[in-house]
Amino acid sequence: MKPATIINVVVVAALLVAPYWLNAYWVDVLNSIGIYAVLALSLNIILGYAGLFHMGHAAFFAMGTYTTAILNTQFGIPVLWLMPLSGMVAGFFALLVARPIIHLRGDYLLIVTIGIVEIVRIALVNNVFGITGGSNGIFGISRPVLFGHVIRTPHDFYYLIFAFAAITVFFFLRLENSRFGRALNYIREDDVAAEGSGIDAAHYKLVAFVLGAFWAGMAGTIFAAKMTIVSPQSFTFWESVVMFTIVILGGSGNIRGVILGAFLIVGLPEVFREFAGARMLIFGAAMILMMIFRPKGILPPPPRTFNLDFLSSARGGGK
Amino acid sequence: MQLFLEQLTNGLAVGGIYALIALGYTMVYGVLKLINFAHGDLFTIGAFLGLTLLLSLGLTDHIGPVAGILVLVLMVMGLVAVIGALLERTAYRPLRTSPRLSAVVSALGASIFFQNAIMLIYGARFRVYPHDLLPTTAISLFGVDIPVMRIVLFAASLVMMAGLYYFVQRTKTGTAIRAAAIDQGAAKLMGIDVNRVIMYVFLIGPALGGAAGMMVGLYYGQINFTMGWVYGLKAFTAAILGGIGNIPGAMLGGLLLGVIEAMGATYISLAWKDAISFMVLILILIFRPTGILGERVADKV
Repeated sequence: MKPATIINVVVVAALLVAPYWLNAYWVDVLNSIGIYAVLALSLNIILGYAGLFHMGHAAFFAMGTYTTAILNTQFGIPVLWLMPLSGMVAGFFALLVARPIIHLRGDYLLIVTIGIVEIVRIALVNNVFGITGGSNGIFGISRPVLFGHVIRTPHDFYYLIFAFAAITVFFFLRLENSRFGRALNYIREDDVAAEGSGIDAAHYKLVAFVLGAFWAGMAGTIFAAKMTIVSPQSFTFWESVVMFTIVILGGSGNIRGVILGAFLIVGLPEVFREFAGARMLIFGAAMILMMIFRPKGILPPPPRTFNLDFLSSARGGGK
Repeated sequence: MQLFLEQLTNGLAVGGIYALIALGYTMVYGVLKLINFAHGDLFTIGAFLGLTLLLSLGLTDHIGPVAGILVLVLMVMGLVAVIGALLERTAYRPLRTSPRLSAVVSALGASIFFQNAIMLIYGARFRVYPHDLLPTTAISLFGVDIPVMRIVLFAASLVMMAGLYYFVQRTKTGTAIRAAAIDQGAAKLMGIDVNRVIMYVFLIGPALGGAAGMMVGLYYGQINFTMGWVYGLKAFTAAILGGIGNIPGAMLGGLLLGVIEAMGATYISLAWKDAISFMVLILILIFRPTGILGERVADKV
């Protein structure tokens, strides 16, 4: 077996058995890491693969969370059933807002997406359409039930989140090597050249944006189920910054890197909780240092190589 | 009409502050193509340093409130300028050749660092500026009472903006800054020390931002360690609105945003005030993707 495969197997096995030795607090930290990992992976499609500077992912996460919260509390629909619908609401919203702005370049897109997350947060605070509960949020989301088993403790949630994260990783790994994934990669490197070779860059960017939002919306369902209370405070610009930082600092475009990033950004401040105020000071400084020493992230994606051997054989094998 | 004039002057006063902060964003962006997310926190540092100096030096008692505050603003500007230059040296210069988003993350890291440093030093609670320093009188204009403070604030930001405009357009250093903003490589070939130019940019921008911080403290009376986020985001919006990298654009964008916000809060909804300014921004960018005064940037053929 290749060393990378061995590491993967060991890490997955360690994560599967970890809750047996951890108390509820640390399992809860792992649950947060898991949700952020899924969110960052969904942002990675937009930011890492398509190269769109998107700092408003919390807006789509909020859409999904609130869709689940509202439909569950108002109509009593089981939480987990709402997952696809929450994803679709977030995706549809992403389609609406992204269509007119997808052509904006780099930093202009960045500020517009920041604007979107702020508008969504303000809409939630102002109790838009009278359904979001204002700044108090929504209470009493019911517990998810899976195969007749009520998921209640952090340990129960751990395996639900683990399964969701595993499906996410599997899906995005498949996507990475698909025709779609390769087209995105090409667009990120040079969208003008991609257009020139017949790739409809704007269309692919839009699909990537909507897909990322869809996945963030599904993560919202899990988040709503875990919290049972949702409020606008969970969807500030700051949340978007956390997701953005996880992707860039872990290694944008690299699934392993993004997961590692989630562990560092969400997990490390918890480890140093006893240092109270100073830990965030050190955390900020650490972000700067990590970027100075690993500007492409801790695990940047390996450079893509294409097998061109067939060219030499076509020319008669001449070397 | 009376309400309109009142909100107009209020909007212009707040807009002047936005414009001063926006200048820091736009100058850094013009030369380095970097969004300095820590700029809003330099503004907060200005507000807190201003308060500390005000309370500890007692200048306003010795040489009178007006002269005292003038000296204090100049001191705050100098101190924040030094912090800005240090920030560039430690957090941005090592990343100058790195991918653009890693510099953005470094800027976010710097912002977290500053915010928590301010919180550790001054505490998380709101701090209050002494409110009996400046005249609270109002002068009557077209039948509207306008607080003197508002006029002073607007005039002060206009003076600073005019000073900067003169500096950038007429002096040798200003010319070097403009040259480096157009093409760093060519500027280097012309014998311009680009590192020095960038240092100047990181001295001037934070100085203006720090002054704006102290002005907000004097105007509103309350300051808090998180206020840099809100003002920073607004000012950055203003810079984009005017066309980022463009100095008159930042001034225009700042004033415009201040007025839009004041009008939106009065005539549409106070609760949606911040959302309105972002919606205006999005609409302007959809129809004019490089801002009001921005030029088309042809980075790719």
